[in-house]
Amino acid sequence: MKIRNYWNLRDWGAGVWEKANRPKRIAIAIGSVILVGLLPFAGASFLATPIAAYDAVLVYPVGIFVLMALGLNIVVGKSGMLDLGYVAFFAIGAYTMALMGTHTGLNTWEIMPFGIGFAMLAGVLLGLPTLRLRGDYLAIVTLGFGEIVRLVVLNSTWSKGPNGIANIPMPPDIGPLKFKLDDQKVFFWVVVVMILLTIWMIRRLSVRRPGRAWEAIRQDEDAAELMGIATLKYKIWSFTLGAAVGGAAGVLYGSKNLFIAPEMFTLNVSILILSCVVFGGIGNIWGVIVGATILGYLPDRIRFISDARLLVFGTVLVVVMNFRPDGLLPRKKREKAIVKKGADA
Amino acid sequence: MFAVLIDQFWSLTIAGIALGFIYVLISLGYTMVYGVLRMINFANSEIFMWGTFGTVITSRDIFHYTQTSEPAKGAKLVLVLVTSLLMSMLVAGLTAVFVEFVAYRRLRMKGTNRLATLISAIGISIALQEIMRLLTNSRPVGAPRVLEKIILTEVWGANIRLDTVITIIAAALIFFVLERFIKLSRMGKAIRAVSQNEDAAKLMGVNLNRVITTTFLVGGLATGAAGFFYITVFEYTKFNIGFTMGMAAFTAAVLGGIGNIRGAFFGGLSLGLLEVYASAVLGTQWKAVTVFIVLVLVLLFKPNGLFGEAVQTTRA
Repeated sequence: MKIRNYWNLRDWGAGVWEKANRPKRIAIAIGSVILVGLLPFAGASFLATPIAAYDAVLVYPVGIFVLMALGLNIVVGKSGMLDLGYVAFFAIGAYTMALMGTHTGLNTWEIMPFGIGFAMLAGVLLGLPTLRLRGDYLAIVTLGFGEIVRLVVLNSTWSKGPNGIANIPMPPDIGPLKFKLDDQKVFFWVVVVMILLTIWMIRRLSVRRPGRAWEAIRQDEDAAELMGIATLKYKIWSFTLGAAVGGAAGVLYGSKNLFIAPEMFTLNVSILILSCVVFGGIGNIWGVIVGATILGYLPDRIRFISDARLLVFGTVLVVVMNFRPDGLLPRKKREKAIVKKGADA
Repeated sequence: MFAVLIDQFWSLTIAGIALGFIYVLISLGYTMVYGVLRMINFANSEIFMWGTFGTVITSRDIFHYTQTSEPAKGAKLVLVLVTSLLMSMLVAGLTAVFVEFVAYRRLRMKGTNRLATLISAIGISIALQEIMRLLTNSRPVGAPRVLEKIILTEVWGANIRLDTVITIIAAALIFFVLERFIKLSRMGKAIRAVSQNEDAAKLMGVNLNRVITTTFLVGGLATGAAGFFYITVFEYTKFNIGFTMGMAAFTAAVLGGIGNIRGAFFGGLSLGLLEVYASAVLGTQWKAVTVFIVLVLVLLFKPNGLFGEAVQTTRA
């Protein structure tokens, strides 16, 4: 018997989507994109953030967090590998932007492929030797990698060490849309486009061979290997795609912030992004988006309790995880049931 | 490049051993919890940080020592040091039990996925760190100098200082007491039984909840002792010192084979020495990089750590 649960937003949403026909689906999709695109204009409502500029908050942390959480979700949610060093790819993207932007005449969009490329290269280089490890060992090695990247940047002269790199160029204007520091709507729209591209990529991949391979690896790696899946290859792919999204987020962040320094790329960022993924609902794109939005937005929204806001943040993590261990919008039950038995993720 | 290393080899070695023993004790906190729950106790670094404040509070607020007052002598010195040590252990032990109770217990009973527990632990560790930050107004806290750092003797050109000697001897002692406790006592046997096979242990009548709470408590006590030694040697603490120390200690635990108590011992010592040597050769700023690269290499060639996971066979 089916029990109707009005709090089960995931099933409600999936139901609406499944019942809709093609034109209706297109209408829903376009409608929600427009709604999201209008978000920067809602600054005067209850959504306003007390101290930081509202449209800036929408770009970073919220937008960039969503983007990175989606990228990390490919690694952690789809193929079940715990990556605690995701910030490394973000840093690589940001430093590519900073160095190429200040030393060459290329603009942000021309540097973007380089940033993504370097991040992917780093993903392959890290993945090849380490992805044979499992579970917590993989976690600690990726964590170490993240720290190595930060420390190398911190202690090298080409990156100007702890001083960071300033005067990173802004993206050039796209037609009538101008990138400005005090009005970051255009940045937000760029992030939204990148998020949409990422969602599109993940959804396409999920239903095809790589997605099925990741699902199999997540549920039982040995069984997947026995079934003839080249597990290492698909794990590296998942790692590299995750890295690519992280790199893209980094390039945009560098270009938006105009200044980057090693202290922006600490382990805390990796942990925060992982929290976004797990908090929202690991493996479920919409859950991850909700999680990243809340965790990115909450600390700025509650700045009026300025000093204690991280304390509230930590407490919220504990409470929500205790009462909704699968996240706010968990993935479907069928997929979940198998995971519980699988011992080591 | 190597001149410093050769020049000061013995004094570096002694400093490394002292640091290593601090790591040994902190990594016990990681390794014991990992052995029983198969989970990284992410909050252990904050438990350590709270432990360091236990010592500061004792010497500053209970015995009213200040930065400028005379160091203690004789029986008073022993009294202050022992009370500080016990206070640190108590604070850290209670914090660890609190962490287990708040962040782990409910999720464990429900048998949910490991990541949820990890995030819950991360949440509690953020909260613990923030509470301390608010209490100390984000300022570093200098510990009053209770123990005068007398140079006892000189061996091969290295100064042997009183605080390092106390740290090495007392930390080794605490480690072996805990190790014996786990090897011989009834509770220790129960802990090992649970780490080998949780279900079987439960069927044999082991009280799972009590075992897990005790594990956290023992890990917390060891971590708290490390906090005391840290203050004795470095005389300084801050709300965010947990991270670096915790990372290093966790690396040490993995290096020795996490879940393995003897592994924690050798892992901690080798990491302490490695860090000190590496900073002498390459400069302090590259110390952490060296540590992580060594860790990655070790894991690549010996994926279960140098001394193997004690509980390896039960891992799926």
